[in-house]
Amino acid sequence: MSDFGLVRVMGEDENTNLHVPVPPHREGGTSFPSPHEIPAGHHDKPDIDCAGFDTRELAYGLLRVLNDEDEAVGAWDPGLDADTLRNALAHMVRIRAYDDRMMKMQRQGRLSFYMKCLGEEAVSVGAAMAMEDRDIVIPSYRQQGLLFVRGRSLVDMISHCITNSNDNVKGRQMPVHYSWKEGNFVSISSPVGTQFPQAVGAAMAFAYRGEDSIACSWLGEGTSAQGDFHYGLNFASVYKAPCVLVIVNNQWAISTHRNIAHGGPSFAARGIPYDVASMRVDGQDFLAVYAAHKWATERARAGHGPTLLEMYTYRGDSHSSSDDPSIYRPSDEYESWPLGDPVDRLIAHLVKLGEWDDERQAALETQCKDEIIAAYKEAETHGTLKDGPFPPVSTLFEDVYEKEPWHLLEQRGEVGL
Amino acid sequence: MAQMNIIQAVNSAMHTMFERDETVVSFGEDAGFYGGVFRCTSGLQEKFGKHRSFDTPLAEGGIMGIAIGMGMNGLRPVAEIQFADYIFPGFDQITNELAKLRYRSGGEYSAPVTIRTPCGGGSKGGHYHSQSPEAYFTHTPGLKVVICSNPYDAKGLLISSIECNDPVIFFEPKRLYNGPFDGDHSAAMVKWDSHPKGEVPEGYYNIPLGKAEIVRPGKDVTILCYGTMVHVASAAAENSGIDAEIIDLRTLVPIDIDAIEDSVKKTGRCVIVHEAPRTSGFGAELMSLVQERCFWHLEGPVQRVTGWDTPYPHSLEWDYFPSQARITEAMKATMED
Repeated sequence: MSDFGLVRVMGEDENTNLHVPVPPHREGGTSFPSPHEIPAGHHDKPDIDCAGFDTRELAYGLLRVLNDEDEAVGAWDPGLDADTLRNALAHMVRIRAYDDRMMKMQRQGRLSFYMKCLGEEAVSVGAAMAMEDRDIVIPSYRQQGLLFVRGRSLVDMISHCITNSNDNVKGRQMPVHYSWKEGNFVSISSPVGTQFPQAVGAAMAFAYRGEDSIACSWLGEGTSAQGDFHYGLNFASVYKAPCVLVIVNNQWAISTHRNIAHGGPSFAARGIPYDVASMRVDGQDFLAVYAAHKWATERARAGHGPTLLEMYTYRGDSHSSSDDPSIYRPSDEYESWPLGDPVDRLIAHLVKLGEWDDERQAALETQCKDEIIAAYKEAETHGTLKDGPFPPVSTLFEDVYEKEPWHLLEQRGEVGL
Repeated sequence: MAQMNIIQAVNSAMHTMFERDETVVSFGEDAGFYGGVFRCTSGLQEKFGKHRSFDTPLAEGGIMGIAIGMGMNGLRPVAEIQFADYIFPGFDQITNELAKLRYRSGGEYSAPVTIRTPCGGGSKGGHYHSQSPEAYFTHTPGLKVVICSNPYDAKGLLISSIECNDPVIFFEPKRLYNGPFDGDHSAAMVKWDSHPKGEVPEGYYNIPLGKAEIVRPGKDVTILCYGTMVHVASAAAENSGIDAEIIDLRTLVPIDIDAIEDSVKKTGRCVIVHEAPRTSGFGAELMSLVQERCFWHLEGPVQRVTGWDTPYPHSLEWDYFPSQARITEAMKATMED
């Protein structure tokens, strides 16, 4: 038994002083924490060379551009033209169609695993559109939108997800762990948070060479509990690294509510003590996401240092194909989300501008669906999860080192290769 | 007796120990309300309260740190690391702090922490949901390392681990959670209810740490193995007709050296099997022990069948995972002369 013995009897919660937070709801209910009560257009736009501390109101506030009448208002309105907005919408609709198709294929056993980004489409599309393709991105596993905006081939993405002979990562990773060097998209790792200090290092390398490219990285609010999150912020601040660090606060880390990750009112506010410019952004508002990234990217490019962005959003679907959220959260929570759905809100804005209608939306959806079905068929010509062909067995021993040392050559010999 | 799979057996051990000892607490990522992503801790929070079974922030270093603090201050924590592949942010706390606390304080302090973590491959998990990192921990003085291979042992060994006043890393091979697995991935899934070790008492019992089990007696060759490989090796013996003695080590540190010596001295031949990569794997330690203690009894070279020295692959999993065929080849190789 324990060296210290039992001090007090513990059996019921009332017999203990240990505080363990619980989510506001397990079933039903819509009373979310309410940064959405901050109106669109509320916040001023600081100069890009401001001190980190000068962004504290944004860190505790909420950057919104689209108001309840679907108009773009305030100092942060990025003033995008209708073609650009339609382009953003097309990306988001295509991602949604892709996710739906892939999850359906997973349910049929044609993928081993899948993760959707329902509700978070604007988070990655807005970021990618505000950056240059030369900027390096080190994402987490729910930013597939970056690949769409940067123009990755759908066939190649699907080939990775079904680990066929056309998978550029040679079947070594689970689905959705994309890597695409040509698009400056770094290989995704499952261990959470490791990418933050890595992004800071990548940014330091740009600065070292005197280049004006930047690095951008994403992690979830649950992951902000990891040491790597804090290492990243501190190193970014010390070296004024040209990077944009993003916390995607989608409220849930598998079953863990955000109030287990952090008891305070804002994740973005964690950047202020590190003297990192920080702001919380309505992640369902494409214009706000774009504007925040544009500001942070320009700040980094001009040598004024890092920015921490909290994208306030909601994980609209399960964590992954292995997860059943009905056990731990209300099933109608996403529909009740006070900040709405990013696709619906961008459509409403375009309609308000007279630049979109139901007919064009329906045509876009059909087009995206058809594209993805065609791409899936083409990807399967390179092999299926069930029957292959897979990458050759010899690839098992490649890329462990640049050149295979004797012991790997010998092991390769043991399987007759 | 009840029929249980390993998930239910682990869960039963947790409930049993929560009942018996009010200092036992359990925590980890998704391990409280949800009961863990594999549901090994389900029902604990509901029955015993959220101060005894709770969710943590996603921070393995923090989980290990609070486990040590609670352990040194009178509690008996059972911390879950969601996958063994994610134990590394906690590595410093485990190897430099938890393992050395008793030694560095001259025996004044200790922390009776149990770390439960699912390990191993066979589930299409790629390299971040398939690793077998036991050798990092067997190499650290101060830690005990346990790995179960069936429901009956899982419960008995976990209870002993929780009761142990030294820190224990308790590995749960996740490919075995729902049924034994002999390495034939194309065969239909087998459940534990057809296996004698799927019979598990509902109440308290324990299996002492440091005791191996002969799961199949034989006279031709000794196979030293643990976890999922116990089932693959047993099938290799059955299907090849070689009369192998299969030893499920169950505890890697402290190892049951008598069981190893007795068997190898009897058979004169030895094959070592594990899923983890070969270089500096636990098999290297086993081979050294056999060489040091049984050299004059050996009639053939000791063989190792292991994962390759590569990261664990996703699509080529079955080219990596040690197969019955490779084990049979190794048995034949040590019996050639």
